[in-house]
Amino acid sequence: MVESIVSTGLAIGCIYALIAITDNVMFSASRVFSFTAGTLGMLGGVLGSLFIARMGMPVAVGFLLALAGGAVLGIVTEIVAVRPVLKSLDQHLYVLSTLALALMIQQFTAIEWSTEPQPFPRLFDIARGGFDQLFWLPMLACAVVIVGLELLYRRTLIGHAFLAIAEDNFAARALGLPERSLRIASFALAGVIGALAGFAGGEMLLAFFANAPMLTFYGFVPVALGGMGNNRGAVVAGLLLGLFQQAANFLVGGIFASVAVFTVFIIVLLARPEGLAGATLQRRV
Amino acid sequence: MDTQATQLRPSHPNVLGSASTFSAALPFLALLLVGISLPLFGGGYWGVIATRACVYWVLVSGLNLVVGFGGQIAIGWVALLTLGAYTTSVLVAGNVTPALPPYLALAIAAVVGAIFGLIIGLPALRLRTFYFAITTLGFATIVTQVALAWQSVTGGGVGVAGPIFPEPFASQWGFYYFCFGLAAICTWMTANVAASRFGRALTAIRDAEVAAEASGIAKPALLGTVFLFSGAVAAVAGGLFAALQSYITPDAFTLDLSILFFIAILIGGRGSILGPLLGTILLTVLPEFAAPLVAWSTFLYAVLLLVIVLAIPGGIAEILDFKNRRPLESDRAIIPRPELLEPLLGAPPDAGALTLEEVALSFGGVRAIDGLDLEIRPGQVHGLIGPNGSGKTTTLNVISGYYTQQRGAVRLNGAALPVFARHRRAHMRIARTFQTPRIVGSASVLENVMIGGTIDGEGTFIESLLSLPRHRRDEATLRNTAMLALATVGLERLAPVRADRLQHSELRFTEIARALMLRPAFLLLDEPAAGLSAEEIERLGALILAIAGAGTGVLVVEHHPDLIFDICHHITVLNLGKILAAGTPAEIRAHREVVNAYLGA
Repeated sequence: MVESIVSTGLAIGCIYALIAITDNVMFSASRVFSFTAGTLGMLGGVLGSLFIARMGMPVAVGFLLALAGGAVLGIVTEIVAVRPVLKSLDQHLYVLSTLALALMIQQFTAIEWSTEPQPFPRLFDIARGGFDQLFWLPMLACAVVIVGLELLYRRTLIGHAFLAIAEDNFAARALGLPERSLRIASFALAGVIGALAGFAGGEMLLAFFANAPMLTFYGFVPVALGGMGNNRGAVVAGLLLGLFQQAANFLVGGIFASVAVFTVFIIVLLARPEGLAGATLQRRV
Repeated sequence: MDTQATQLRPSHPNVLGSASTFSAALPFLALLLVGISLPLFGGGYWGVIATRACVYWVLVSGLNLVVGFGGQIAIGWVALLTLGAYTTSVLVAGNVTPALPPYLALAIAAVVGAIFGLIIGLPALRLRTFYFAITTLGFATIVTQVALAWQSVTGGGVGVAGPIFPEPFASQWGFYYFCFGLAAICTWMTANVAASRFGRALTAIRDAEVAAEASGIAKPALLGTVFLFSGAVAAVAGGLFAALQSYITPDAFTLDLSILFFIAILIGGRGSILGPLLGTILLTVLPEFAAPLVAWSTFLYAVLLLVIVLAIPGGIAEILDFKNRRPLESDRAIIPRPELLEPLLGAPPDAGALTLEEVALSFGGVRAIDGLDLEIRPGQVHGLIGPNGSGKTTTLNVISGYYTQQRGAVRLNGAALPVFARHRRAHMRIARTFQTPRIVGSASVLENVMIGGTIDGEGTFIESLLSLPRHRRDEATLRNTAMLALATVGLERLAPVRADRLQHSELRFTEIARALMLRPAFLLLDEPAAGLSAEEIERLGALILAIAGAGTGVLVVEHHPDLIFDICHHITVLNLGKILAAGTPAEIRAHREVVNAYLGA
């Protein structure tokens, strides 16, 4: 039983962590969070199932197309729901505009795809059992993203540019960095990561439109607990969340586990609104 | 005071007189008539739709105070509908307790809803916008899951029968009148709150939180009360919803409903009652006209939401606001009438002195203020000058509690000011204005000034809800005092105008009027002359002197040397957080370092 809790918990936790990283990548580039983070994850699963299971494409092609779909949605989010409201950040209109976009995509998926969960294809034709791909795929995806982002931010010029606009937008623009293009690139990257989360976790979560709000919520929990923009905090918090949820699942029974998660989330946030690893913001009058 | 106020009124009979009250109530009366006579026109299915609109509005009316007035983005309010529906149904069905009569069950549901409204709402007091939105979303997801899982009580996926209300409300139209009556009561109650000091305080929290705190508005208490109310009516709506559906399953409470409620408010416009009411009717009825579109209705709501956010953030209410589209006089001067200060401020307060002793505060490695001594005496104007970054505004913020000094003490009449409790400053009659005016743009100038007097109201939230005598007396007093304050600063002609239509200098004087509502013992002015013309600065100077003359201690942070030297009794010059010089204007003018460093030759 413990084994099952740990493997399922870590796998789910990796998916949450990936969605949290999606949130963070968007946040770093624009200072806003988006309700589309979970939608990207949902779309990764649905597109994977659509391309591979329904349209019969090879796994590799379906995979790339699903990621491309995520990138497109990321860019659309930036253009439609983020850029127009960036000028008035203090009014928090981005909460509403990204919510609207997320709902549109979710409803479109529900109507055009299915309102029922659809199966996600097995990606590798190996026998079920033991430490299955069901578990290691999300973990692998999470590891690849962490290492990839680390390399991108530390070793490449564009990674440095990302960090620069995340650190100080005005200074970065003053240095002549193409802020708008970098923001679009960040949102595309976020889209890819979100879709990857849904694709890698497809077998576990299935291709289901209602995964969107679920992932938006559980993907944001690690962000809140780990501190905004803090990817390492997000991964740790994501894994803990997954383990906690699975443990609660076994101990207090299926659905009350979410009550437990929610309660802990609220209590931690009320005690430390800046997150467990975040720094307090000084207030300015 | 009363005589002055009555003298002011005749010259502006239309400002807020009975004519405008009537025209504001007209749309509601029309809707009331239509609602009452509805059964004459049709029947059957349209009756169900109309009942549904009433049920939704019962919930939306309460949510409107949270979202539209308080500006809290609560997107998961369907959770409370679910809670109310199940509580009522389960109690009536007798799954856990002996079966209860429907009215009692509905009342219990209201109590449960109020408690959970408070629980969902509490995070709003500490969390940033997006966090709160996500929290309510999470709550909505979880309530449905619990309803699904708790089979012994809720019937799980199979569901439970809704309550049936006894005669005369058992028939279709009988039940419609029951819901319609409750909807009408909710409209009346929330309209009362909207027009009360509580409604104005909510908009202040939404649009100008620091100004709200400076006016003594305690956000936790106010939002807590509103969440209680909103939760209660949402749960009542849930009970009605269950009766209307006659059978409920968790499927009935999708997030789509939440979105409908939320969008109804945004379409209607923030800070309006009529707008969201029309929005609710529109969104309930619209899908019925286009049957093939029903499946797409949530998608269309989402599109609508996006369009509203991007194109018409003011919603229906702004489109209907004809009054504020009339052009204002372009050539309007602000002519303060300091002689009105006496009736406005009353007898000089006896507050002792406001002193800073050895106050120090650093941000990281930067010493913003470093061992500052300051004494502000009643009846005197104290100037605080110095180059940018010398710690002037920081000093104001320490006094008003936005920052906490790391060393030293701030004392009022010898007693240390409480740390953290910013809104307590207003109760000690310490008022302030801000470098950038903090104003509720969508409220009228008069309402903005009335916000300043919030703490002087005596009636409770319940009294405002029901428009009891004490509420009406509060409102009348506040209104008169605010008119007087506006006349004092010379803005009474602009009282009914939306504040965001004012010029910058007018906003500065509005802030002073708002601060005067506190009858301040001490008034802190942060660059009051910035952006004013030479003429206006002169009038401002006379006004400040008159305020001090009435017994108030004034602290002015300013860059205009002329103003400072004209009106101050005492001046402190700061440089890099330290006192460079302190003394009378004559002494400062002669101080060589000050002249060299700051004033110039």
